[in-house]
Amino acid sequence: MSEQHSTREEQLRAQLDDAPTIPMSEFKRRSRRSFLMGAVGIGAAYAGWRWLQDQPDVGGIPKPLRDQLERNETLWSNLSQGRSAPEFSVSKATPIQVNGRIGIRNEIDLADWTVRVEGPDGELLDELDISTFEALPQRDMIIEHKCIEGWSNITHWGGTRFSDFHARYADQVGDVPYVGFETPDGLYYVGWDMPSAMHPQTMLALRLDDQPLDLDHGAPLRLATPNKYGIKCLKRIGVIRYARERPADYWAERSYDWYAGL
Amino acid sequence: MSIDTTDTTDTTDTTEDSSTPEPVPPDEPVARLVHPRAIRWLHWINFPLLFVMIWSGLRIYWAEDVYALGIGSWQWFAFFPDSIYETFGLERRLARGMAFHFAFGWLFVINGAIYAIYLLATKEWRHILPDRHAPKEAKDVVLHDLHLKKQAPPQGKYNAAQRISYTAVLVMALIIVVSGFAIYKPTQLYPLPLLFGGYQGARLVHFWMTIGLLLFFVVHVLQVIRSGWGNFRSMITGYVIERRSTSPVDDATIRSESVPEGEPHAAEMGGSA
Repeated sequence: MSEQHSTREEQLRAQLDDAPTIPMSEFKRRSRRSFLMGAVGIGAAYAGWRWLQDQPDVGGIPKPLRDQLERNETLWSNLSQGRSAPEFSVSKATPIQVNGRIGIRNEIDLADWTVRVEGPDGELLDELDISTFEALPQRDMIIEHKCIEGWSNITHWGGTRFSDFHARYADQVGDVPYVGFETPDGLYYVGWDMPSAMHPQTMLALRLDDQPLDLDHGAPLRLATPNKYGIKCLKRIGVIRYARERPADYWAERSYDWYAGL
Repeated sequence: MSIDTTDTTDTTDTTEDSSTPEPVPPDEPVARLVHPRAIRWLHWINFPLLFVMIWSGLRIYWAEDVYALGIGSWQWFAFFPDSIYETFGLERRLARGMAFHFAFGWLFVINGAIYAIYLLATKEWRHILPDRHAPKEAKDVVLHDLHLKKQAPPQGKYNAAQRISYTAVLVMALIIVVSGFAIYKPTQLYPLPLLFGGYQGARLVHFWMTIGLLLFFVVHVLQVIRSGWGNFRSMITGYVIERRSTSPVDDATIRSESVPEGEPHAAEMGGSA
């Protein structure tokens, strides 16, 4: 064995030899205590896990988990409001798959379609056909649409900002904290917090890849955003309802996060 | 180099206890502290947290289970076969998976952050970070473990193979947390996803880090079993039993000593666990 080798060995051993030692009698006492502590720890972890499972469900998940989702929402919505997702060039856009048909399975006559706009007390503010939305300032938005399942797609939307639409009613409805959207048949419905709805990338979309939306993608008017999961991007909007309380949300009633913000 | 990282409480106890020092005969076995209390707690808390994160994470992955090993369109192994989803109850639980993941994730991150601060503050990282001798010594450790080499290379608290794998697992843990946040809040944390080539890149990296941690877990458990009870117990009690007399030179010497109650010597405690 070389000189150098044994020096290294001594160095390495020295790292250990500096650690404190205790006599065996003391070790036995501490060892008992440690194992007891371990048993208590395992018991506590098991009890905690059972406790969590036994809590009443809120929207399909145990209440402590629902509470944590809401604490997460508070944290993230306060942390960095108004940040925007990246936008891409048109050449990056690819066709988007059709994922959800809830609320758009019924026959619809697009020529007859209108959207009801309701105030926070349920009062009818407006009943609009597509021309109103076509007359609002138009923009294109090429963003990464993200499905809660995990896939995403760079998608080319066209339409009007929700904030431009909202300007028509801002005085009437005042500082409402929420807005809800529903399909004409009422089978699919989503709730949005106003700050998210007013984000410049929250779009009432009329077009996909420069063409009017087809029925599967939510004709004639749908929501689009890169900043919430696709479950919030309701297709075939039939009702836009301002609200003082959190509007009902189809997927939040089925165990998902209400905020679903990215 | 010294271990200035001893468990403070334990050290205090020792001082009190040894206020009337009994002379220990040189051949009496003594217990030497190898895992300070903080390390033990953080290690054992991490175990169920990581388990919950992987379990809930795979429930999320199930909803878009697109990754596979293979070349081109030929798939050698698709993650995962239905039998695995069924066995572990991972199907149709996306929402619940997310709820658990985004609650327990904070605990995992907090536990990891405390560990990182502890390693830095106590310089305990010096026992873990591989040095320049590590690659060669790690090879020798593996050869020794496979009984292809008689003598194990010299080691400190951990042997070179342990240092490399423990450091790798810490790096993987860091990457899994950062890529996880990139998927969780890609807009609010933008441009974080770009570190991984975008949102889908972050999802891919997050997935492979999970597989990496699972592989580590398997090897870790096997090595702990191989190393024996004394090594396993040291992560519970903090101590290994050894003789008072100073350092035997190699394994052969250690093994030739009759260690009472079959306790492994400190130099043996590692294996590559």
